[in-house]
Amino acid sequence: MSLTAKDIAEITRLLEDSSFDELEIEVGGMKIHLRRSSAAVPRVAAPAAPSPAPAPIAAPSAATPGLVEVRAPLLGTFYRAPKPGAPPFVEVGASVEPDSIVGIIEVMKLMNTVRAGARGVVREICAADATLVEYGATLLRLDARGDD
Amino acid sequence: MKIRRILIANRGEIAARIVRSCGALGIETVLATSEADRDSLPARLATRALCVGPARATDSYLRAETMVQAARGTGCEAIHPGYGFLSERAEFARLCEQHGVIFIGPTSAQLEAVGDKLRAREEAVSAGVPVASGGSAATAEEARALAQRTGYPLLVKAVAGGGGRGMKRVERAADLEGALSLAAAEAGAAFGDARVYIERFVTRGRHVEVQMLGDGEGRVIHLGERDCSVQRRYQKLIEETPAPGLTAETRARLHEAATRLAARLKYRGAGTVEFLVDAATQEFFFLEMNARIQVEHPVTEQVTGVDLVAEQIAIASGEGLRIAQAELKFTGAAIELRVNAEDPERDFAPSPGVVGEVHWPGGEGLRVDTHIESGSRVPPYYDSLLGKIIASGADRDQALARARQAVAQSRLSGVSTNLALHTRVLADAEFAAGGVDTGYLGRMLDAPSPGARRHG
Repeated sequence: MSLTAKDIAEITRLLEDSSFDELEIEVGGMKIHLRRSSAAVPRVAAPAAPSPAPAPIAAPSAATPGLVEVRAPLLGTFYRAPKPGAPPFVEVGASVEPDSIVGIIEVMKLMNTVRAGARGVVREICAADATLVEYGATLLRLDARGDD
Repeated sequence: MKIRRILIANRGEIAARIVRSCGALGIETVLATSEADRDSLPARLATRALCVGPARATDSYLRAETMVQAARGTGCEAIHPGYGFLSERAEFARLCEQHGVIFIGPTSAQLEAVGDKLRAREEAVSAGVPVASGGSAATAEEARALAQRTGYPLLVKAVAGGGGRGMKRVERAADLEGALSLAAAEAGAAFGDARVYIERFVTRGRHVEVQMLGDGEGRVIHLGERDCSVQRRYQKLIEETPAPGLTAETRARLHEAATRLAARLKYRGAGTVEFLVDAATQEFFFLEMNARIQVEHPVTEQVTGVDLVAEQIAIASGEGLRIAQAELKFTGAAIELRVNAEDPERDFAPSPGVVGEVHWPGGEGLRVDTHIESGSRVPPYYDSLLGKIIASGADRDQALARARQAVAQSRLSGVSTNLALHTRVLADAEFAAGGVDTGYLGRMLDAPSPGARRHG
């Protein structure tokens, strides 16, 4: 047996509704790895040891007042378009919703979608296409002041 | 293949240590850091630092795919895994092999062979290396018979464990079955492998290990032994070379045994063969093989003059062994003190925070490997090692004298440290005499001491 596009859509929906972040399925030689992603930098789990909280880590790039930064949720190769030659997910001036896809980060052939995480208008694209971005790198900046 | 750029998949003092050797070799370094280590000293020392994930190690330093991606994305030909984290994960070495990135360490197959303690034990037996009586048992009945032959007390060990993790001591036959099932359940939960085996317990044992280098083709050399018997709950505190009080014959036999095992495995890179030496009889048994550079490697470097990290890199780049056994000269003695951010007054609880003023010792015969300077952060997510003071001298007495002076010179404020404990051990007559067993530090801590408040 093999999976149809409909099955995959159904599986994706099941993951969305579940409390899990990742799912790996292997059926009839076909392997699917799904991972939930979010533009928000993941929360850091509380340390097990009772200890004073470390001071906040400096932002990797200077923040621009009034603009919201969309950060890389993981290290990998950043792609602005779903595939080579295709139009980018977003350009400067585009209006985005929190769940709009703004890019893809590839880690060892695993594609992770990056969502805007906030509503606004894209003001700046900071990361170049097909380049390595580190965790927390600013990918783009949004004007979230609601003047869309 | 000439290595020009190395990704360091580690943090702390060992990251700084690897950067130093790379710098001397003209190799560029990319340090993979977590968010918590972005501003650390090693991140500044490296040619470039790259944040690979959040503070929690499972989201950063333990991410195999991310590390390989980071190496490829920054044009690194090789990854140095340091110790801990991904250093002994066969699947990580395999991932590197599959993606054409040199893993600076043994092959994935060798990591599998020594990571499985029962298999490592079998390899030792095949190499003619003595092991403590014991073995594995399929049924409870077999286990009882095996334990009867081994004798009590004995140890139940996890096949996937190591370094004291997943180990239970059994005093009498009545407790055997309970200990076996408990150990199996714990091992299953901790390592995903519930297999356990039995080994005789040596009441007064010393932990002595032999440093090996292999070219991966069957040529191996040893770089002498280290005595790591001063430990608490299997956490080493002080290591030294040579191991004091061993007869020349025992020493030679330890070196030969380790060499036979490494040669049999056609071991590649730096590794350590650990033995338990009976303090009374000097009889010794194979414990396990550590397939990585070790925390305590500097004492070996101080008496041999060999840069072990540079040799690891040379072997990884295909240069093979650059030193012949006969050329190696062992000069004097060296001792390493691990300075940890922990509070001996609160049962050695980790003491993270921000370090205030730091003054590390310096002078003749002293070396300090550290990533800590004034104002450094000690994050709560990782081990508590702040630095290692390595004192060497023409003989053990001189090395100890320098170590005592070095501890007295050391100042670290802002976090609790175990410096006072080092002062105490270095002043102790039993330690000064040499040849203590692994129970020594525990007994010392249990005994009332002047000036130290006791809790519980």
